[in-house]
Amino acid sequence: MAHEATMSPLAHADDHHGEHHESPNVFGFWLYLMTDCVLFGSIFAAFAVLRNQYAGGPSGKELFDLTNVGIETAILLFSSITYGFASLNALAKNKKMVLLWLAVTFVLGLSFVGLELNEFSSMIAEGNGPDRSAFLSAFFTLVGTHGLHVTCGLIWMAVLMVQMMGPQDLSERMMNKLACLSLFWHFLDIVWICVFSFVYLAGVM
Amino acid sequence: MLGKLSLSAIPLDVPILVGTFLGVAVIGLAVLGAVTYYGKWGYLWRNWLTTVDHKRLAVMYIILAIVMLFRGFADAIMMRTQLALAYKGNPGYLPPHHYDQIFSAHGTIMIFFMAMAFMTGLMNLVVPLQIGARDVAFPFLNSLSFYMTLVGALLINISLFIGEFAQCGWLVYPPLSEMQFSPGVGVDYYIWAVQISGVGTLLTGVNFFTTIVKMRAPGMGWMQMPVFTWTAFCTTVLIMVSFPVLTVTLALLSLDRYLGMHFFTNDAGGNVMLYLSMIWTWGHPEVYILVIPAFGVFSEVTATFSQKPLFGYKTMVYATCSIMVLSFVVWVHHFFTMGAGANVNTFFGIMTMIIAVPTGVKIFNWLFTMYKGRVEFTAPMHWTLGFMITFSIGGMTGVMMAMPAADWILHNSLFLIAHFHNVIIGGVYFGYIAGMGFWFPKAFGFKLNEAWGKRAFWCWFVGFYLAFIPLYVLGLEGMTRRMNHYDNPDWYPWMLVAEVGAIVIACGIVCQLTQLYVSIRDRNLPENLDLTGDPWNGRTLEWSISSPPPAYNFAVIPDIHGLDTFHTEKQLGRQAHGKPLAPIHMPKNTSAGVFIGLFSFILGFASIWYIWWLAAIGLIGIVATMILRSADRDVDYYVPVSEIEHNEEVYSRRIAAAQAAE
Repeated sequence: MAHEATMSPLAHADDHHGEHHESPNVFGFWLYLMTDCVLFGSIFAAFAVLRNQYAGGPSGKELFDLTNVGIETAILLFSSITYGFASLNALAKNKKMVLLWLAVTFVLGLSFVGLELNEFSSMIAEGNGPDRSAFLSAFFTLVGTHGLHVTCGLIWMAVLMVQMMGPQDLSERMMNKLACLSLFWHFLDIVWICVFSFVYLAGVM
Repeated sequence: MLGKLSLSAIPLDVPILVGTFLGVAVIGLAVLGAVTYYGKWGYLWRNWLTTVDHKRLAVMYIILAIVMLFRGFADAIMMRTQLALAYKGNPGYLPPHHYDQIFSAHGTIMIFFMAMAFMTGLMNLVVPLQIGARDVAFPFLNSLSFYMTLVGALLINISLFIGEFAQCGWLVYPPLSEMQFSPGVGVDYYIWAVQISGVGTLLTGVNFFTTIVKMRAPGMGWMQMPVFTWTAFCTTVLIMVSFPVLTVTLALLSLDRYLGMHFFTNDAGGNVMLYLSMIWTWGHPEVYILVIPAFGVFSEVTATFSQKPLFGYKTMVYATCSIMVLSFVVWVHHFFTMGAGANVNTFFGIMTMIIAVPTGVKIFNWLFTMYKGRVEFTAPMHWTLGFMITFSIGGMTGVMMAMPAADWILHNSLFLIAHFHNVIIGGVYFGYIAGMGFWFPKAFGFKLNEAWGKRAFWCWFVGFYLAFIPLYVLGLEGMTRRMNHYDNPDWYPWMLVAEVGAIVIACGIVCQLTQLYVSIRDRNLPENLDLTGDPWNGRTLEWSISSPPPAYNFAVIPDIHGLDTFHTEKQLGRQAHGKPLAPIHMPKNTSAGVFIGLFSFILGFASIWYIWWLAAIGLIGIVATMILRSADRDVDYYVPVSEIEHNEEVYSRRIAAAQAAE
């Protein structure tokens, strides 16, 4: 989230010489994503340690509804495809189509977060909240951290859509921002695939 | 409305704190008053607070580090005094509740806000200059990182006067740090201060890694990079890999405390050892984050003042990189007593001992650099020599503790305390002070006073041995760390010696302050002025430009042909670059970092005291500032050629004046 605000003027420092330099922004964002990867890795590790600590409470098998999770997964993966369409249109400088595909991506992302919140609230309502057992603490934290990332991505996307309609248009700076958000969005997909496999599937099997 | 906050949170019943508060208030008001009196607020705001210039941020980082050194040292001498008194019938002057906060704050402040701030400051000052860059890759992020560090430091110091600080050590081990046993706000102060500054550090890591990878001057391959830049590079890698782990660990602890989760609790399946493993996965690389740049400083200082190229540049680089990798596979040596089993402990014990090999390589490299060199015994060189001796001793006691069998006896004893102060004072602190003396003229255009610098060194050097060798003895005699009172007559004399050591170190700090005062007073004396920008006959690029450098650093980006190109060219006779000047593209100053810092402070403070509406304002403020910043299109400007020409002319006149004086 912080990284939309970091457009370095040095990125185009030598533009007036007519040379092309690869933007350090996208490179820096890759690095940030790798640190985010370590962050998720740590939470996965905590989950791996605590996954059988039910403290007399329910296990994943009793709690998880794979149909719901399956729909969430499909939505999120599909939103990566729609973001891809937005990226292609941005390269073609077709702003209207970029906005359209971003809007579709936004709606998909929002439904993902909605479904997840729904799952969380029904679990909490049944008394299986994050304070029930170490397993549930780890579950809520891991899935919740991913959900929080998606939410940040949605805010970022909304900001970019508004900015794109303003003077920033599809400038080089905006293209860099779109590229960073794209990396972020696909990265969250990959994390979700791990969540889906190691938390939900492994929990139910 | 105000959450847990009420008037009773202000410790009016503790005279030490009331006195400290009055002292801080008087000094603070005096500083603010002076700035107002001289009408410097506009200057301060435009040229310093909102700056994105890496050199000015460096200065602010180092000032912060020095202030935090005073705070951390005040804690240290209070502890030593307590233990010099609290023998047998005498309870000392610090009740356990207060004493426990002091040792927790001492460690937290010295590591996160003294050492980290100092290290980041040196990196900021030197790295872009050494690689021939005009700034870092993300100048705004750099300013933001500084404010995150500052906010963390502010929060931890506010805990002195509003509420309390953590009482469970500098790494707040659960279950003691859980709500059940630490219901106060102390641990929350710790968590928020460290979390906020940790974000800043992570951004610094990303920023400097990108800078070093992407912005080196043309021709500077990896093996032409100055050693300090190499060490900064390894440190940024360590930061990027380890700080997210710290963020997660403390976040999980906060979830336990704020939302009643069970990561590290005794009940409901929590696992305390998970915390230890995670915190040291960050914590061990952290000590290398601190010491590797210090190794870089020693390399630059030794080569420059021995007037020889560094012996074994390549082995130095490889040794640094091996230390970087090895630092990730040793963390269990912090808790051999956990009972992970002989095989696990053996692995981590051997890995720990292996780290001594590349470190030994470095020591020999420095020694051979000095061998047959014309060594100039300047103050930075004194700190370097003091380091070689002190650090070697500290390293050897480290290898002793790397043996799990020995560690079972020495674990959590004062032997351990002596060991890590041995490497952190002898390695990290000596290194940073050597670096400060070495690069001070680059930042300000005049040298630090040599005589006072050497006095400071001798006080620190002697004081260190007096203060910490007794702790080795005490550790072997079975004294554990964090004790508030003792009855053992064998320990008492050693405690008195250690107290004397702390007083000698205090003299060292007074000498350092005097050194700063005297140097600033005499800055215009001809022997102190650095007119050429190259006061030490330096080897690397930062000495090829004026002191202090212009905002854009290099009028023309130099071409690099090998290691120490600047020095080689000097010997061949300085050549004019002959490249035409062009307008230079530079980032504009911005207040966004200040505001994000301000809102982070509000968020942190409000969350510590459970004032949720205020926390929401802080969070919204952060997001809103970032969005506004990302919409700001007026972020850069061009330095016109006329201005560059003017600066270049002034610089050549200064060089001519210096040559005429000779």
